[in-house]
Amino acid sequence: MRPWFIHLIKLLFPPQVLLPDIVGIDIGLTLSALAIALYLTKARRWGWLWREWLTTVDHKRIGIMYIIAALIMLFRGGVDALMIRSQLIVPEAHFMGAQQYDEVFTTHGTVMIFFMAMPFFFGLFNVAVPLMIGARDVAFPRLNAISFWLFAFGAALFNISFSIGGSPSAGWFSYPPYSELQFNPGVGENYYLLALQVSGIGSIATGINFLVTILKLRAPGMTLMKMPLFVWSALVTSTLILFAFPPLTVALGLTMLDRLFGASFFTLAHEGMPMMYANLFWIFGHPEVYILIMPAFGIFSEVVPTFSRKPLFGYEAMVISLLAITFLSYGVWVHHFFEMGAGPGVNVFFGLSTMLIAIPTGVKMFNWLFTMWGGRIRLSVPMLWQLGFIPTFVVGGASGVMLAAVAADYQYHNSYFVIAHFHNVIVGGTVFGLLSGMYYWWPKMFGWKLNERQGRWAFAFFFTGFWLTFMPQYFLGLEGMTRRMASYPPGLGWGGLNAMSTIGAFIMGVGFAILVYNIAWSRMHPEWDTTGDPWDGRTLEWSLPSPAPAYNFARIPEVHERDAWWAMKQRGETDAVKLSPDQVEPIHVPKNTPMPICLAVSFFVGSIGMVFAWHWMAILGGLGVVAALAYGSLEDDTDRELDPTTVLNTEKRLGRVHP
Amino acid sequence: MRRRLKRGWILLASPLLLSGCGSEYVVLHPAGPVAATELHLIELSAAIMTGIILVVWALLAYILVRFRDTPNNRAPYLPNWRGTLWLEALVFGVPVLVLLIMAVPTIKKTYALDHIPSRHPLIIDVTSLDYKWLFEYPQQHVATVNYFYMPTGQPVLFQLTAHSPFGAFWVPNLGGMEYTMPNRVLPLWLEARRPGVYLGRNANYSGVDFWRMTFSAHAVSPAAFQAWVRQVKRTYRPMTEDDYRRLATHFDLVGQETYSAYPSDTFPERFREFTIQGLHYVPTRHP
Ligand code: HEM
Ligand SMILES: [Cu+2]
Repeated sequence: MRPWFIHLIKLLFPPQVLLPDIVGIDIGLTLSALAIALYLTKARRWGWLWREWLTTVDHKRIGIMYIIAALIMLFRGGVDALMIRSQLIVPEAHFMGAQQYDEVFTTHGTVMIFFMAMPFFFGLFNVAVPLMIGARDVAFPRLNAISFWLFAFGAALFNISFSIGGSPSAGWFSYPPYSELQFNPGVGENYYLLALQVSGIGSIATGINFLVTILKLRAPGMTLMKMPLFVWSALVTSTLILFAFPPLTVALGLTMLDRLFGASFFTLAHEGMPMMYANLFWIFGHPEVYILIMPAFGIFSEVVPTFSRKPLFGYEAMVISLLAITFLSYGVWVHHFFEMGAGPGVNVFFGLSTMLIAIPTGVKMFNWLFTMWGGRIRLSVPMLWQLGFIPTFVVGGASGVMLAAVAADYQYHNSYFVIAHFHNVIVGGTVFGLLSGMYYWWPKMFGWKLNERQGRWAFAFFFTGFWLTFMPQYFLGLEGMTRRMASYPPGLGWGGLNAMSTIGAFIMGVGFAILVYNIAWSRMHPEWDTTGDPWDGRTLEWSLPSPAPAYNFARIPEVHERDAWWAMKQRGETDAVKLSPDQVEPIHVPKNTPMPICLAVSFFVGSIGMVFAWHWMAILGGLGVVAALAYGSLEDDTDRELDPTTVLNTEKRLGRVHP
Repeated sequence: MRRRLKRGWILLASPLLLSGCGSEYVVLHPAGPVAATELHLIELSAAIMTGIILVVWALLAYILVRFRDTPNNRAPYLPNWRGTLWLEALVFGVPVLVLLIMAVPTIKKTYALDHIPSRHPLIIDVTSLDYKWLFEYPQQHVATVNYFYMPTGQPVLFQLTAHSPFGAFWVPNLGGMEYTMPNRVLPLWLEARRPGVYLGRNANYSGVDFWRMTFSAHAVSPAAFQAWVRQVKRTYRPMTEDDYRRLATHFDLVGQETYSAYPSDTFPERFREFTIQGLHYVPTRHP
């Protein structure tokens, strides 16, 4: 009999987390955490942190927290990517072992999709959508905070796996039976299941929140067809989330029952049906990839008109395309497994439905181009990302159509061709879009702009690196290299293209470093945005000062047409957004609350209990969840009123009151 | 000659390919009809898509040069242009047309590949194990590990299953892949026209060593194939239950193995699904 604490230590620190590099990172992270804690204590900032950020329900602050978290996750996922590419730079490299390689590609994919891309655009939704529709906040500010904290603690849960207990290693879609106990006995897979479940609840709540916000809180006169396209994209993304996440919840839940409670839905033994998981996962998974791209479509539909000084070409067609994509994206999932023997009828059906999606996508592409036609194009940084997006995304879309040609996919599937395709659309589409949006709305978030020159360099490196990394991968696919190979022997002719790809990845890494430098430098040398409208924008958020006051609009604007702010500027009516002292009314704003973060901490504690099968801790976490929810529903003092003088003083300070 | 032309398209499409269109591009060097049909579709779609890409790139470049916000730009400025019906119809119509052109061959080739052009094909039962491939010949009663022989000029029906996590059986020179899944048997037919040794591999991640799960497919003349079978029967011992258990339960890599017979219960009897249509072939264990 070994004493219990030896067991515990072995469970928490299996050999896979004791590799020298991981221990090094652990030490580094602990030291930085200590340094931050020390700084907060010395500067007496704990109270500030708690009041201004941890308990806030202000959508603008929640948006900022989302974006910062997403950038940190982009860093983590990026380091994973560089590790993957380092291992593949030459045949038979010994940068890391196969087990570690498997963990790294699993965490790379999962982090990038669930903990980088999704929170990034949730952040941009939060920052921009209420301002664009003339609302004072989202429909459910507390639910919004709950969503954020569930995401944050879900991400934390996923990220601690590499130092405590071991990372998951079954890939981002985690097919059983490989993800089952028989083949994956460690706790890594449990981390994956629970982290996605916890952050998934947050995502569904965000979907509901923005759906209601957009449908219910628009300024008077802003009919659906007068909404900015970014708002449309938030609307359809929310719809997609609402219907796509439940199948994922089911798939993860059943896997969890298999792993933790001895069920055999998807196991190898007892005639489990792992195929069922593939269906459930991709019924979620394909809409998910459109969840990732729609916000980018929305961002570009704002950026292009602004920097071309022209209204969007074919607004109605753009809206119809978004709706068509939303609808179609639920009917294509089988294209992720044409090779699982569904037969030609089913395969052809799904191949053609997939091709159909390319039609609305193509329409959007041409509409952006014609928006620029006849314009006056300024090459500011947000526009640069857009100009990088078009030539990149069209290649990704085209390779998507090639993959949808069923019989051809038999040769591409699971090869580097697919890897190249989805990075073409996810990096060239989603990431370029998110960064474009970040540069675009940054002044609105913080009141200062990001330095343009550095931004251009970041773009140049990222863009060049991107092409060098991913174009060779199409050809690696045709050379028969399959995805997830931990290494490859010499003699197959794969060395050169892999080396190119790795060099490209490091160039992208430099681009990211410049971007971070860009943010730090610009914060130290701020170029203040005093007008609130640094880009000569078209939509309502630019009618507000940067950053906007807590209540956004002292008086809700009235909207008569699309691009409402641009129209006001054209007619010389910009003074209409200013107040005269007698127009000031009291404003209801929600109060801060500790409930969301407490709820998320409870989920975190409970999840740890589930990960390690410590039932007492799972129950403790569950009780915490119930307590937080009870506290939240019994609390009745949830908002406060800003009296007119406070509002008037704030507006005066911002120079928005008629003399 | 038409092939040539189409091949030429791909070459035009990319300087990268131009620099390395050697035999390492296994997908582009079919050794049999299945891979050739698939390559056909690949080339056709690559050509069409390259056209689209070039149009978009050219349009973007032109717009960027012409409509930059420079002081003396004489290009027309249309600040109120929100759309023109015929142009919007065009940007809708062009993708529709292109996809129709893509859809027809996709349907045709996909159905075509589903018909195995032989009533009495050679059958090879394939089981993916962690981390090796077991090939059993129900008609010849021999079995091999990590390699197999097949006669040229004759369709071969592979019946695929797994006693391990999902795998995918892929010999790019002969044709596209198909999954191997536990508790299911999926069909795939391939044919080699040229004799040769083709590299096959597991294309689906099924564990730490999956990427080493390669096998060689030896395509030889029918006479040589018969000779190989006879030789196996003469030279090697039968596989025992223990042999099979060792292969199935030790998650290790092994070299090539050969057996002159194998236990009858190592491949599933019952088929949940079997989807090659037009084949009307009812699989039985030992015809
Ligand atoms: C023109 C539109 C598109 C078409 C026709 C298309 C088609 C396809 C097809 C057929 C596959 C499956 C290939 C295979 O596994 O054998 C695929 C994979 C994938 N696509 Fe697309 N796609 C399109 C756009 C997008 C977009 C916009 C995104 C995301 C932003 C995306 C992300 C992905 C991802 C992530 C995968 C691979 C998932 C994985 O196996 O890990 N695609 N696409
Ligand atoms: Cu998909």
